[in-house]
Amino acid sequence: MGEHILSWMTFFPVIGAAVIAFIPSERKEVIKTVAAAAAAVPLILAVQLFMTFDRTTAGFQFIEHYTWIKSFNIEYFMGIDGLSVPMVLLTAFLSFICVIASWGINKSVKGYFALFLILEAGMFGVFCALDFFLFYVFWEVMLLPMYFLIGIWGGPRREYAAIKFFLYTLAGSVLMLLAMIAFYLHTSDPVTGGHTFNMLHMFDQANHSEWLQGTNVRHVLWLALFIGFAIKVPVFPFHTWLPDAHVEAPTAVSVILAGVLLKMGTYGILRISYPMLPDQALWFSYTLALLGTINILYGAYCAMAQTDMKKLVAYSSVSHMGYVMLGMAAMTSAGINGAVLQMFNHGTITAMMFLCVGVVYDRAHTREINAFGGLGMQMPLYFSFFSFALFAALGLPGLSGFVSEAMIFMGVFPVYRTITIIAALGIIIGAAYVLWMLQRVFLGPKNEKWDSLPDINAREMFTLVPIGILVLLLGVYPMPVLDLMKVTLNNLIKVVAG
Amino acid sequence: MLSETGILYAALAILVLPLASYVITFFFGKMLPRKGDFVGVTFMGLAWYAAIRIFITFWKIGDPSYRMEKAFTWLDLGGFSLDAGILVDGMTSIMLMVVTTVSFLVHLYSTGYMKGDRRYERFFAFLGFFTFSMIGIVLANNLFFLYVFWELVGLASYLLIGFFFHKHSAANANKKAFLTNRVGDWGFWLGILTFFTATGTLNYFELFAHAHVGTIQGTLMTWAGIGLFMGCVGKSAQMPLHIWLPDAMEGPTPVSALIHAATMVAAGVYMVARLSPLFGANALLVVLYVGSITAFLAAMIALVKTDFKRVLAFSTLSQLGYMVMALGAGDPVNAMFHLTTHAMFKGLLFLTAGSVIHAVHSQEITDMGGLRKKMPITFITYMIGTLALAGVPGLSGFYSKDGILGSALAFGMTDGHYLPFILGIAAALLTPFYMMRLTFKAFFGKPADQERYDHAHESPWNMTMPLIILAVLSIFVSGFNTADKSWFSKFAAPYDVPAIAAEFHLEAAPADAHAADAHAADSHAVDSHGEPVVAADAHGAPAHGEAVADGHGDGHGDGHDVHHTAHIRAMIMSIIMVILGITGAWWVYHQKRVDTSKIQKRMSGMHTALEGQYFFDEFYAATVYRFTLWFAWLMAAFDRVVIDGIVNGTGYLTRIIAQVSGAIDKYIVDGAVNGVASVLQGAGEGFRRIQTGRVQTYLTYTAASVLVLILIYRVL
Repeated sequence: MGEHILSWMTFFPVIGAAVIAFIPSERKEVIKTVAAAAAAVPLILAVQLFMTFDRTTAGFQFIEHYTWIKSFNIEYFMGIDGLSVPMVLLTAFLSFICVIASWGINKSVKGYFALFLILEAGMFGVFCALDFFLFYVFWEVMLLPMYFLIGIWGGPRREYAAIKFFLYTLAGSVLMLLAMIAFYLHTSDPVTGGHTFNMLHMFDQANHSEWLQGTNVRHVLWLALFIGFAIKVPVFPFHTWLPDAHVEAPTAVSVILAGVLLKMGTYGILRISYPMLPDQALWFSYTLALLGTINILYGAYCAMAQTDMKKLVAYSSVSHMGYVMLGMAAMTSAGINGAVLQMFNHGTITAMMFLCVGVVYDRAHTREINAFGGLGMQMPLYFSFFSFALFAALGLPGLSGFVSEAMIFMGVFPVYRTITIIAALGIIIGAAYVLWMLQRVFLGPKNEKWDSLPDINAREMFTLVPIGILVLLLGVYPMPVLDLMKVTLNNLIKVVAG
Repeated sequence: MLSETGILYAALAILVLPLASYVITFFFGKMLPRKGDFVGVTFMGLAWYAAIRIFITFWKIGDPSYRMEKAFTWLDLGGFSLDAGILVDGMTSIMLMVVTTVSFLVHLYSTGYMKGDRRYERFFAFLGFFTFSMIGIVLANNLFFLYVFWELVGLASYLLIGFFFHKHSAANANKKAFLTNRVGDWGFWLGILTFFTATGTLNYFELFAHAHVGTIQGTLMTWAGIGLFMGCVGKSAQMPLHIWLPDAMEGPTPVSALIHAATMVAAGVYMVARLSPLFGANALLVVLYVGSITAFLAAMIALVKTDFKRVLAFSTLSQLGYMVMALGAGDPVNAMFHLTTHAMFKGLLFLTAGSVIHAVHSQEITDMGGLRKKMPITFITYMIGTLALAGVPGLSGFYSKDGILGSALAFGMTDGHYLPFILGIAAALLTPFYMMRLTFKAFFGKPADQERYDHAHESPWNMTMPLIILAVLSIFVSGFNTADKSWFSKFAAPYDVPAIAAEFHLEAAPADAHAADAHAADSHAVDSHGEPVVAADAHGAPAHGEAVADGHGDGHGDGHDVHHTAHIRAMIMSIIMVILGITGAWWVYHQKRVDTSKIQKRMSGMHTALEGQYFFDEFYAATVYRFTLWFAWLMAAFDRVVIDGIVNGTGYLTRIIAQVSGAIDKYIVDGAVNGVASVLQGAGEGFRRIQTGRVQTYLTYTAASVLVLILIYRVL
């Protein structure tokens, strides 16, 4: 597997899905076990990646490069660098956790796990693809399974949420598609002179045609790409698909949605927009910082007003992704490294929160914050886990979220001082909505209505403990992840900001 | 005496032992005999021992400027890095002593006080976690890790205030404490960012050097200093962010003693004292006024409260105000001195309060009375604490408070700001009065509640022992002298900033042409704040201001005389105040020569204001809270109605357009196209049944636009 590690990671889940297709649908345990195995293999490969990844170079590694569709110069071109590695690791980790977390699914088990594995493949593909066309294909491949996972296994308003998610993302994809075609037509392969989808060629400004060097064209292309990615992040005002989709999706799908899918937006900006249009990245950076600040505060205020736990967590994602944008806008080492670290950390922390919400929803069949109270007495272990996740979310030092937020602030403050001062208010409002929810759900006198709720069980702990350990370890010492990314990202700053 | 490595290891041990205690009791407490309380007590005992070793070492070294600093690179991005490190100097060793002493005694005390509690082991775990975090604050050698541990003590405080979280009051109080602190931390964090951005370092001493050579100066430094001070305002409960501390009394009483009296709330004072060279004169003026106003206003409230712990809580606010006032008057040494003595006698007072509450099962002094006969050890130790707090000569509080009042007066004499001193001396009159009121009501007179009185008994040895030790310390810790003459001067002295600056070989900041002049003027600036700095700012030579902060205690001619005179005058006045205060309280509450209810009636407005704690809470509830909730509601509504409305509206519009175009297709375009249209509509009908139906047209629309646009591009 060493040679084609990325392909194995990407396609092993597809093999798993294919195997599941042949298992009789009543043998649910077998299906689940196969799914777990199919998700475990990429996780093992991810560990191998982590061990063997060369941290000293900014270039791409584990490259696989083949011709795919010759007439359009489309290639099967996979490879990873310091930007994609943390995302690949995160995907492998969360996917496996989510398969375990989905053990309670009982409706059309076969379809669920098959779709879930295809989704996983799509995610790996997006993070590994270096051919724009291939990237786009994977990007779209993820959409369908997600649509069905929400639309079939979701909550009461699942159809509305699923279609909203689908169309919204599709609208973004269209813009991306247009930009991609423009790049394809106006970038020449330095060797053959023909059109190319090869991202590395697109990064090199010397390969751009004269038309592509025009300022207005570049503005338009930047905006097209940005909106395409912004919908995924989601950037205000393109975010309203997110609370609906998160709330309606089954727990594990919410985890993937918030934990991995949102990062594709910011990943796309860093992977594609920044190096392809570095001048535009600078042109746009102030706006990006502003949008990030809006996300942080707007998301936090909206979260505060929610009465549904899951919706609150969903809006907290809007807020936390704002920090990522803020860090990206800074174009400083601390800012960008902090941003990518925040992508990773938000993935783990929000996963814990969604899993925790799932725990209580499975038992009480409601997520209404005000319906609870005093659960801390009734479910002490669960109380500990949820508090841990919530404190990680409010940026408590010692847990991973703090490190990335602090780095972002340190990176952006020298560049945009006023914006940072305002954005930093997020640490107050963030604490407010988190603690207020904690109080309403867990503190206060015991509510007799919930006397029969059992505490968290072993399977649920099995999904939470590994994430918790990761959150703690990276909070105490973040270098293992930063080491992976810093060379690449520092190089990216050089490319963009000179 | 320890070697340098010895100091390092001892310091690390002090840091790690409480953490280990936390981990062990948190995860395994339930399985251990006695629920593992002995782990906490033993480990804290060991930490105390290590702290004593360090203390003795520094006693022998006898040089306040000696420091041991070790650091490693914690985070490195190549070009951007953060260090983690430990700093031990005289001031650290005092703080280590204070924290480990009180923490150990509180651990011991809690084995009695918390006995039988459902979450007994949790309590010890949290105490361990708190001690770890507090030691972290004390040992940190840079602002980043100061902030890290600063937040962690906040968490510990949150957990312990909310220890009885099934009570609504406790659940409200801990949230309030955390959030109020976060407001302060917002400023603190921005202050840190400002210093970091300006100088590129977070290391304390390197920052001092930068401030000295003028890398950061003027208005920027003033604001950065105010930012840092906001952290202190939050953590040390200064007005207007003091509102959380009285409510924090919801926590178990040992917690109030350790966290909300002796150590954590003093962290803000420690921080400002530790970073004193970073505060320009303008920033210090803010500090001075905030501190003195808090000292006075909080003492006023303590006059009317009837809850034993709340009286002590407001007294703590007031005393913290004194410390902050000392910082503002440019006398961090006396601030630290008062911090030390206060930790002993206020820790003691809270523990005696716990002992009383434990005995009568009430916190209301109206339920007490005559307890001195029932609880002799508690009473005697309580009296020592009270008299020390009141500032009776011979007890530690007298010397430390006197030092502060002297500095405040000296500041007034040189700079014309007399108000802080007046507020301070007024608080010095109030302090003995409210404490003796408490004493006469709780321990003298007739039992207010006979049943409770009969039930009351002296506490067991594990509770009285800490009382006795703290009582002894409350008498002797000052060494019967003010800071600059007692043992304290071996440990704490103003930083010798020029020497520190020389260590780092920094070049003077180029923009600061006047810096050299300003520094030449150091000697003139000694002990004189405010006014010259305002002038300096105006002249664009702000380094002058920071020079002021540097130059303390150098003992130059004029300044010394003023100081000397001020201290003697302040001492005389404060002795008069103590006598007046105690006699007054005796007259009113023991002899009952004054009808307090009549005074209450006559000054009912005043009384209501004090009883209502000046209505800060009500004010915030009506403004900040309400606005925040309203704004959150508004944003959510905006999100639902406007933003989502646009999204859904677009969908709706698209559907209508598609229907119109479908109709056009159907009736105008020829049959072949018609066929296609009806297929699309058929599909649309299918989708419509799944849901609202407005969406499938989206698909049509987007697909069509994609095709069109591809075509356009192809043609191009």
